[in-house]
Amino acid sequence: MLLTLLFVSLLVFMVVRVLPGDPALIMLGIEASPDAVARMRESLGLDRPVPVQYAEWAGRAVLGDLGRSIQYDVPVAGLIASRLSVTLPLTIMAAALMLMAAIPLGVFAATRHRRWGDYAAMTLSQLGIAVPGFWAGLLLILLFSVKLGWFQAGGFDGWGQGAGHALKSLLLPAVALGLFQFAVLARTTRSALLEVLREEYVKTARAKGVAERAVIFRHALKNAMIPILTVAGVQLGQLMAGSIILESVFYLPGLGRLALGAISARDLPVVQGVVLFVASAIVVINAAVDMLYGVLDPRIRYE
Amino acid sequence: MSRPLRRALRHVTFSVGFAITALLLLTAVLSLGYTPRDPLEMSMEERLQGPSEAHPLGTDQFGRDLLSRIMVGAVTAILVGVIAVGIGVGLGALLGMLSGYFGGWLDEVFMRLMDAVQGFPAILSALLIAAVFKPGLAITMVAIGVSFLPIFARLTRAAFLELRDREFVLAARALGAGDAAVIGRHILPNTLAPLIVQASISFPVAILAEAALSYLGLGTQPPNPSWGLMLREAQAFLGMSPWFAVFPGTAIALTVLGLNLLGDGLRDLLDPKMTS
Repeated sequence: MLLTLLFVSLLVFMVVRVLPGDPALIMLGIEASPDAVARMRESLGLDRPVPVQYAEWAGRAVLGDLGRSIQYDVPVAGLIASRLSVTLPLTIMAAALMLMAAIPLGVFAATRHRRWGDYAAMTLSQLGIAVPGFWAGLLLILLFSVKLGWFQAGGFDGWGQGAGHALKSLLLPAVALGLFQFAVLARTTRSALLEVLREEYVKTARAKGVAERAVIFRHALKNAMIPILTVAGVQLGQLMAGSIILESVFYLPGLGRLALGAISARDLPVVQGVVLFVASAIVVINAAVDMLYGVLDPRIRYE
Repeated sequence: MSRPLRRALRHVTFSVGFAITALLLLTAVLSLGYTPRDPLEMSMEERLQGPSEAHPLGTDQFGRDLLSRIMVGAVTAILVGVIAVGIGVGLGALLGMLSGYFGGWLDEVFMRLMDAVQGFPAILSALLIAAVFKPGLAITMVAIGVSFLPIFARLTRAAFLELRDREFVLAARALGAGDAAVIGRHILPNTLAPLIVQASISFPVAILAEAALSYLGLGTQPPNPSWGLMLREAQAFLGMSPWFAVFPGTAIALTVLGLNLLGDGLRDLLDPKMTS
């Protein structure tokens, strides 16, 4: 995993520093005087050899120092930490909604294999996969804010006004964010359960007269949970990346809006910091899922 | 009619997917030569209208005809899909090929690199590249293509690992074939099937990603029509003109649905063991 994280940091570094394009010029704009550009290059350390620059930048990043924001003149790490108070709850809420809806739907479909309930559930999940999350967000705003007036059309007043109020403003975004992954997970649940239901021990359980409910939930679903949880774990990282998009739809002050704002303000350290943070988080989550897979299923061994 | 064709047409998933995809392709081709109106022509008197006889899908905030713009948007969607998947297949297969064939430390390094790239969904690479270069269609294609690298690299690697010690490969080598010939003439053709299946899965994913990136302002730039960009523009007028937000989104969802159904159907038909 360390080698992977090293590659992540190298990729982030290379896109910004090594690809053609001078970061100092990008931040100051092409109309900047050569003097100002030279000073900016020096303050960013761009006048030193590239490997040295990378080693310094990565070394500081490991210690939690992601540089200073040009736009706000505060440490990037602090900015990320404060915006996480929106992105993280949004991601977790979407993941919770996804699990609560997808597993029951998957079980419902699998237990009605090739009957109308199965087809209806799978049609629903096909739609969930086809509808882009941000469009679902717009439609939710259209219905629940513009037409019905039940929710505000976006924005986030912070956690100061009570958790209930804050969670309410994250509900529609979380639904829209989780929709795609919900549909994927419902399909995964269905096929994982169908696979297990074909096993001999399920036949044995039925033959000795175990009630169908117990067969499904105690015997089959328990074993099907391994692939389901693996997929769900990987989806956690994807939800985090997806929240960048949904934050824009609902005007939520999270990591995504931070990064998008930084792009228009040419605030490279912030963009670099956010991308490094989210990409590393995804890599760590994926590695954790891999390890968990081995723990959940003792038959799987990694060298 | 031949038997496979009849079987395909009886397959509901496949035929529905095929019909929608054919409609998409026809729309794109048609829009190259004909649209009901000029997709860039503005008309302030006709701005933000609902569906009418003159504008079947209404107009946008500059009075441009939505139907025409959605038609032209199909070209953008297909273009991004083809190029992004092309980047993913091309580079991914190359990395996977080298990894699987040569193995050893090269394999280890490439695979850890692919783990790292997996940390960069299209949205993250696009953010990073857009910070350095000007946002635009090219960035979108590269960012989406890069996000496809790991899956294509892993598929190709797995196929190469399986095939490299098979008898027909050993025979080719015994007859004096070099690495290039063994890879290109003997192993690669046998790895194409899973790559084609994966490409059919990735294509709609690319279209979704393009829409999202354009929605964020990182992809196609105005005044060029892209479905995602239209939704970005529509959001400001959600209360006044809901149709403006409904039609472009429907175009995306219908396209992705059609391509997914087509892909599922194809897999069913080509591989009866893998019924989903």
